[in-house]
Amino acid sequence: MIRLLATCAALALAAPAAAETVAIVDATLMTMTDAGEIAQGTIVIRDGRIMAIGPDVTVPAGARVVDGRGGVVTPGFIQADSTLGAVEVSQVPASADRATHSRSISAGFDISLGLNPDSILLPVSRLAGITHAVTTPLYDDRPGRDLQFSGQAAVIDLAQRSDMVTRPRVAMVLEMGEGGAERAGGARGAAIVALRATLDDVRHFARHRAAYDRGEGRPQRLSRIDLEALVPVAEGRMPLIVKVDRASDIVDMIAFAHDEGLRIILDGAEEGWRVAAAIAAAKVPVIVDPLADLPRSFSQIGASMDNAARLHAAGVTVILKTGSGVAHRARELRYGAGNAVAWGLPHAAAVAAITINPARVFGVADHAGSLAEGGAADLVLWSGDPLEPLSQPRLIFVEGIETPLTARPLDLRDRYAP
Amino acid sequence: MIAAAAALAGCTASAPPPSPASSAPTVDHDPFPSSYRPPAARPVALVGATVLTATGEEIANGTLLMEGGRIAAVGAALPVPPGYRTIDARGKWITPGVIDAHSHLGAWSQPETVDAHNDVNELTDPNTAQVWVEHSVWPQDPGFDTAREAGVTTLMILPGSGNLFGGRSVTLKNVRSVTVQGMKFPGAPYGLKIACGENPKRVYGGRGRSPSTRMGNVAGYRKAWIDAADYARKWDAWEQGDRAGDPPKRDLQLETLAGVLRGEILVQNHCYRADEMANMIDIAHEFGFRIRTFHHASEAYKIAPLLVREDICVATWANWWGYKMEVFDAIEENAALIDAAGGCAIIHSDDPILIQRLNQEAAAALSAAWRAGIEISKAQAVRWFTANPAKALGIADKVGTLEPGKNADVVLWSADPFSIYARAEKVWIDGAIVFDRADPAYRRHSDFLIGQAGERR
Repeated sequence: MIRLLATCAALALAAPAAAETVAIVDATLMTMTDAGEIAQGTIVIRDGRIMAIGPDVTVPAGARVVDGRGGVVTPGFIQADSTLGAVEVSQVPASADRATHSRSISAGFDISLGLNPDSILLPVSRLAGITHAVTTPLYDDRPGRDLQFSGQAAVIDLAQRSDMVTRPRVAMVLEMGEGGAERAGGARGAAIVALRATLDDVRHFARHRAAYDRGEGRPQRLSRIDLEALVPVAEGRMPLIVKVDRASDIVDMIAFAHDEGLRIILDGAEEGWRVAAAIAAAKVPVIVDPLADLPRSFSQIGASMDNAARLHAAGVTVILKTGSGVAHRARELRYGAGNAVAWGLPHAAAVAAITINPARVFGVADHAGSLAEGGAADLVLWSGDPLEPLSQPRLIFVEGIETPLTARPLDLRDRYAP
Repeated sequence: MIAAAAALAGCTASAPPPSPASSAPTVDHDPFPSSYRPPAARPVALVGATVLTATGEEIANGTLLMEGGRIAAVGAALPVPPGYRTIDARGKWITPGVIDAHSHLGAWSQPETVDAHNDVNELTDPNTAQVWVEHSVWPQDPGFDTAREAGVTTLMILPGSGNLFGGRSVTLKNVRSVTVQGMKFPGAPYGLKIACGENPKRVYGGRGRSPSTRMGNVAGYRKAWIDAADYARKWDAWEQGDRAGDPPKRDLQLETLAGVLRGEILVQNHCYRADEMANMIDIAHEFGFRIRTFHHASEAYKIAPLLVREDICVATWANWWGYKMEVFDAIEENAALIDAAGGCAIIHSDDPILIQRLNQEAAAALSAAWRAGIEISKAQAVRWFTANPAKALGIADKVGTLEPGKNADVVLWSADPFSIYARAEKVWIDGAIVFDRADPAYRRHSDFLIGQAGERR
């Protein structure tokens, strides 16, 4: 029975979405636009785009009608701080392209190159409503290596197509706090000085490219590749993801970014609630793991389950993630968002924190993150509240492509289930 | 058992003094005894809740009575006897206290990134059956508090999985205590941690010594069991003989293994792959012991009938997979397929974050079951984090279900515990309240967090 259903779903998929019109009727629509939440709404999809959406939409003749009663439609979820597409088995290094220990490529590492659309992790994550990920480089620390940056993140889609990069080089990634201190020789004071020196080098390089081409530039700690990659960061065009947790590190980095004219996104920020007003005043978005409530280090002493709720209440743009560099467990994103709601984050804000907020912050709001007429059909029909484990997806569109409700673990299940 | 017999002998004052030979000291099998004593508590009645008893029942408008540290009664709309403090539980849910069959709390304490707090793996030899994890447990680990706030009342702390034989486990009551003795679950049997697969062969193969392969792992287990059988035979002969002369010299490592062969210590076996679990079952048959639980057991679903026939519990996750080769085939339905086959399925944590929401992990597993058309009720699935781990830990006669006479370990949830929005509101251990969300006095009591910048309330 299970096998039969899966086969039917796969056959249905074989017909390209562009060839038919699909109407989801009578569902709750969480639009993530000014239209808010629409009860008993209809959404019409044609040629991969949302043709109409609202409470009183007429279903076009010939459309495939999907009964959405009792269901909820959300935009596809976006997993921030992920390594989806860049890893197959975490402890098999050859199956992972999420970090480099090259001595000459740090900021220059571009994770958008060489990703794997056939990764079996993509359909697994899709079944949790995730249609996009911010694939973010990790550090591969080795003795004697002290590179500051882990590289440049990219937004990808999970449709399993060769053209999977939605937007490359969306942000540079830098860990400060304890990790940054360790790479700079063991102290925060050294890490901040080193970062200032790096930015000065980058600006000098940007002003004197011709001299460098002639081999007449001043001596540089970073490679030419890394300097080039950092120019848009130093000029405030590319955001810098700064991984910090301690309240004082957050405050320090906000001040540093202000002084240097950098656009930053805080990632981690487990003590963010203690300095929420300062983060809000600086208009800095924050990526948080809503389940991080333990003092895992001396930088996370104040970790708390209501971090996301307090940041939101203070007016901070909150993005929720699942752990750090998550791939296999990305499917827990919606559960984390549900827990944030249990600890005080409004439900709509929790859904925004995994849809429209990351879409805007990473510049892909025209691909994903909301349900709007004329926009890409990037959405999931859920059997109920999308944040509840007991709900399951019934229909998934990734940027207009209807994807099957199958994945390798389900194939294994069907092979062994009695 | 032997210690109890010795104590009894000492009480028979009228008996003739024993001869010097038979009075030779027997081994004290409980040298670090539990000092836990449940505090006296007033009788409590929880009234009007939906009760999941973990015996397979879901009771609407249920009443639960706790008295003298025990469950006095449970049923629909029971009358409340005089002298009880009544708590209005309408709209809320009740389950037995959550039991985690796999935790390292205290042995790898927060802050976990601090090397000084990692006391979980004695990675000096592939066989460290002589170590007892209770001697690593730091009761001030803040993780005990966050777990208690999530309804965890009992947990088994295991040594890590880097060795073939990691050492003895300990079962704890999740009560505040300065000493581990004050947390030890009275009467709970010890466990022996055994690890299959990648971890031991990676640790020791990386040092150029055995085991460096899975066949090396198996040779290591069998050699140890041969030695243990020899040791047990010598001790049994001495104990049952005339006890003339010196007893055999004690060996802590072999003593633990011999305890397994005698059925006094339960085997808790970290093992992911189906083929390796089958090998471990054959080793158990070869040496005449039983495996109580396979932990992680990602491929248990591939051999469900074998595990049911052998009466071995499966402690697993719903969502964890793919971090190494031996967990590549993990599926969300693992627990449900074991349950559906009539086996003992457990959702465990192995993690200080996940231990705070075993109910949610069970909900994810249940949802996957429903997606596959496997009919399992919430009343049954609640057993995955209550009654079944109680069985795995050998304490099912005391905790794990809400039945008259059982210890009153109880969680009052704000909502259906299979909902993501449910939070533990009140938690009782042996009828004494240990957490009340409405009372800040019950929050974050670890000495480590006192006076720190992040301390709340």
